[in-house]
Amino acid sequence: MRFAAILMAAASVLAVTASAQAQTPVKVKIGVLTDMSSLYADLAGPGSVWAAKKAVEDFNATNKSLQVEVVAADHQNKADVGTSVARQWYDVDGVDMIVDTPNSGVALAINTVTREKNKVFVNSGAASSDLTGKQCSPNTVHWTYDTWALANGTGKAVTKNGGDTWFFLTADYAFGHALERDTSEVVKANGGKVVGNVRVPINNADFSSFLLQAQGSKAKVIGLANAGGDTINSIKQAAEYGIVSGGQKLAGLLIFLSDINSIGLKTAQGLNLTSAWYWDMTDANRAFAKEFSAANGGKYPTMVQAGVYSGVTHYLKSVAAIKSAKDGAAVVAEMKKMPTDDKLFGKGEVRADGRQIHPMYLFEVKKPSDSKGPYDFYTLKATIPANEAFRPLDQGGCPLVKKT
Amino acid sequence: MTTSHIATSAGQDGYSPVRIIIALAVLAVLLVAPFGVYPVFLMKVMCFALFACAFNLLLGYVGLLSFGHAMFFGGASYICAHAVKVMGFSPELGILAGTAFAAVLGLVAGLLAIRRLGIYFAMVTLALAQMFFFFCLQAPFTGGEDGLQAVPRRPLFGVIDITSDLNLYYVVLAIFIIGFAIIYRTVHSPFGQVLKAIRENEARAVSLGYRVHQYKLMAFVLSAALVGLAGSTKAIVFQLASLTDVAWQMSGEVVLMTLVGGMGTIIGPVVGAAVIVTMQNYLASLGEWVLVIQGVIFVLAVSLFRRGIVGEIVAFIQKRKDAAAN
Amino acid sequence: MFELIGVAPQALFGQLLLGLINGAFYAMLSLGLAVIFGLLNVINFTHGAQYMMGAFGAWMLLNYVGIPFWGALVLSPIIVAIIGMIIERTLLRRLYHLDHLYGLLLTFGLALILEGLFRRQYGSSGLPYDNPLPGGTNLGFMFLPNYRGFVVIASLVICLATWFVIERTKLGSYLRAATERPDLVQAFGIDVPRMITLTYGFGVGLAALAGVLAAPAYQVSPTMGSNLIIVVFAVVVIGGMGSIMGAIVTGFGLGVIEGLTKVFYPEASSTVIFVIMAIVLLIKPAGLFGTAK
Repeated sequence: MRFAAILMAAASVLAVTASAQAQTPVKVKIGVLTDMSSLYADLAGPGSVWAAKKAVEDFNATNKSLQVEVVAADHQNKADVGTSVARQWYDVDGVDMIVDTPNSGVALAINTVTREKNKVFVNSGAASSDLTGKQCSPNTVHWTYDTWALANGTGKAVTKNGGDTWFFLTADYAFGHALERDTSEVVKANGGKVVGNVRVPINNADFSSFLLQAQGSKAKVIGLANAGGDTINSIKQAAEYGIVSGGQKLAGLLIFLSDINSIGLKTAQGLNLTSAWYWDMTDANRAFAKEFSAANGGKYPTMVQAGVYSGVTHYLKSVAAIKSAKDGAAVVAEMKKMPTDDKLFGKGEVRADGRQIHPMYLFEVKKPSDSKGPYDFYTLKATIPANEAFRPLDQGGCPLVKKT
Repeated sequence: MTTSHIATSAGQDGYSPVRIIIALAVLAVLLVAPFGVYPVFLMKVMCFALFACAFNLLLGYVGLLSFGHAMFFGGASYICAHAVKVMGFSPELGILAGTAFAAVLGLVAGLLAIRRLGIYFAMVTLALAQMFFFFCLQAPFTGGEDGLQAVPRRPLFGVIDITSDLNLYYVVLAIFIIGFAIIYRTVHSPFGQVLKAIRENEARAVSLGYRVHQYKLMAFVLSAALVGLAGSTKAIVFQLASLTDVAWQMSGEVVLMTLVGGMGTIIGPVVGAAVIVTMQNYLASLGEWVLVIQGVIFVLAVSLFRRGIVGEIVAFIQKRKDAAAN
Repeated sequence: MFELIGVAPQALFGQLLLGLINGAFYAMLSLGLAVIFGLLNVINFTHGAQYMMGAFGAWMLLNYVGIPFWGALVLSPIIVAIIGMIIERTLLRRLYHLDHLYGLLLTFGLALILEGLFRRQYGSSGLPYDNPLPGGTNLGFMFLPNYRGFVVIASLVICLATWFVIERTKLGSYLRAATERPDLVQAFGIDVPRMITLTYGFGVGLAALAGVLAAPAYQVSPTMGSNLIIVVFAVVVIGGMGSIMGAIVTGFGLGVIEGLTKVFYPEASSTVIFVIMAIVLLIKPAGLFGTAK
């Protein structure tokens, strides 16, 4: 093992000197570790792999100094499968960086492995704000969103618009609890009140009982602190029980473009949600979405997939700047030093705790009659500026942030 | 379980020179294997192989299909991870704690389930495992769906460094061999013979004066404890314990491993575990097709080679021997 | 939660009704399982996947052919039943002489294949299906969506009709006789293998029908069946394997119990059925309505 390490070190030294002399491209290997087959496959999955490859292609078009290879694997939403793949990638296959990884449990495990092996982990798909909080690491960058940003975006906007009493429908696991906790704080900070909550077991298909409890609470807003199929089912059934027509509002705390497609506009219309990215905002986004859709069977990119593109782009720029991908901490340090700038997420920065900072957007789901084409779902309601969109640096409890 | 064809290999005990040579050859291969194959992968195979072997002790030799063995596997892995990470145990004590926990849990579950037969036994174990899953989901120390992460690899016995995968490999190999030896000895002991007798004809075993329930309970606890050993070891290897290991799908997976390898054969579950884990590992890049391929293997195994890989090979050799003898 | 206990009678009544609606799905699914187990001795793990196929069938009929919900309610179960019968003829049939375990494992494998294929084709987050009976009635104590009311009534009618056919008609008596002594029934000139195929098709059709009924209420998603199947198994076991009436009564009953748990201890609502299953099996091993063989 030690011998191999020396060899590797020697090889990387050779690579560096060689590239300095003869402009031989630096080899970089990117692993897209994602959910290819279940819960998160639509919002990340094969689309994320495509986005990573696209980022490499676009990078190569302007900069020839790197020779990049992209591999992909399915973590099946199991932390042990995810870490097996990650270890094998790092130890045997020479992968330098892992990207995407929805599912907070798996992401936290990859966070640990990546730090141990001194590689790079750019997360786009997971929600846990612990990745840049208590568990932050000098090898991890969290790109697209987190529970705090979602809670802050939706919670603040809805409360300020008069939705000052809340009832939470919370998925009964750590992610749901975090989302509920973060949103409650935002609601209270903005003068609102939480009148009740109900914890719903995972994989529960029928929400009518819980919705009835929410209805009985007379809260103005029902906060859906859940994700994926749970959110879809609760929104669908809320429509059935006439909750929205009865005057209560639904606030989805984590909703992706792919979810709206599943619910259908007829049911989802009027819903408020926070997102980091939407395809129909700039020409560059629209062009990206068009290509994405052509390559992915008509699906449009979600914020997670766009985040993969953006994260990979910034990673490659940083590697090109320091001319080596071997020392993960050094690459991440460079990622933090260099301002981020790409065609999808625009200008931004990576903070000391690994949090990438960009504006977040509050959207409302369109009425079916206002939707002009496929995936024309959102109307922009408000932009949350980058400096307000994420948890302040000193509140996350990240040990990397020096106390002043 | 009254299928008679699975008993084929059971009769061949003893330590013939051929067997000893084969065993030594296998051991030699295992000792050098990590230099050719990725050690973490091999450790995973061994953890699941031990899991499947211990499960097979119950299914193959007593004829009890438990559909709740994930509770022992995952439960032990939680206890071990918690003991090592939070309470600062050394790995060997953590593994022991996990194993002991699984044994106690096995005793409780066994006392409740052991009087039921066939599908009812499977259902009681499933019900208990679901309750245990609920406990793990709710209990604060398990970390919910994030699991217990970043379990440290402290020096074994305070001296042996196991942070390198290669060193840990030999530790896991030793644990696997110990576990496997216990199962081998159990199966080939008088106790094991009684278990097989119960499997073949419980009523007759009762009439011969054996206290059947006690035998079954002992086998159940032993199986649970060894499954716990596998689960604890896995927690050390992967440095995490998660809900995946207590979910009912895990109980299903171990049935698949045992079935594919050949239930009621001593080596079958090892082969089955190796096949399934390899598949999961190398199919990971195939993504969406994993589920379909697993399903196809299930269907093929049940329709075409019901005895499992090892079972079919043993049957084939037996057939040739019989043919030669005639 | 505690406010609800405060206004107990009214809210509780609503929750009971909701439990009954949920129970309707359990009852229909467990009924199909019970029919198949009772008459074929096969533990049909594919049941969840067949339920899912029923829902997808409805979705496909609507989106590819333009057949609305009411047509799909008839067509989709028939199509799924035919697929089921093909599976019975080609695969299941070869396992009847073996232990239960093999049937269970084979159907488990089939369930994985079906779910995998649908995920591959339609993604995992599911597809929308419009409610054919929008609107609802205010019952005073709660707002009952018309469609949910329809589901309860439809399911009760189907369950009772099935029970009647199997327990009270001549056809049913042939079926029951055929499972006890196939050789004897065959000797009377009845084509037993064909009868078994049709029975399996019927059980599968019931699952698919439940799937069609579920499509407007829940999501049409590839995982909808696998999430439910374990619970439905528990329902069948509690009712007593193979008991038709047991499956119906327990299905509705457990729906109500689960509904109440959702009010008093919501976190445990997905576990409560297993607690009941363990207790029932410890006290009455053959289930509430089963008879030990």
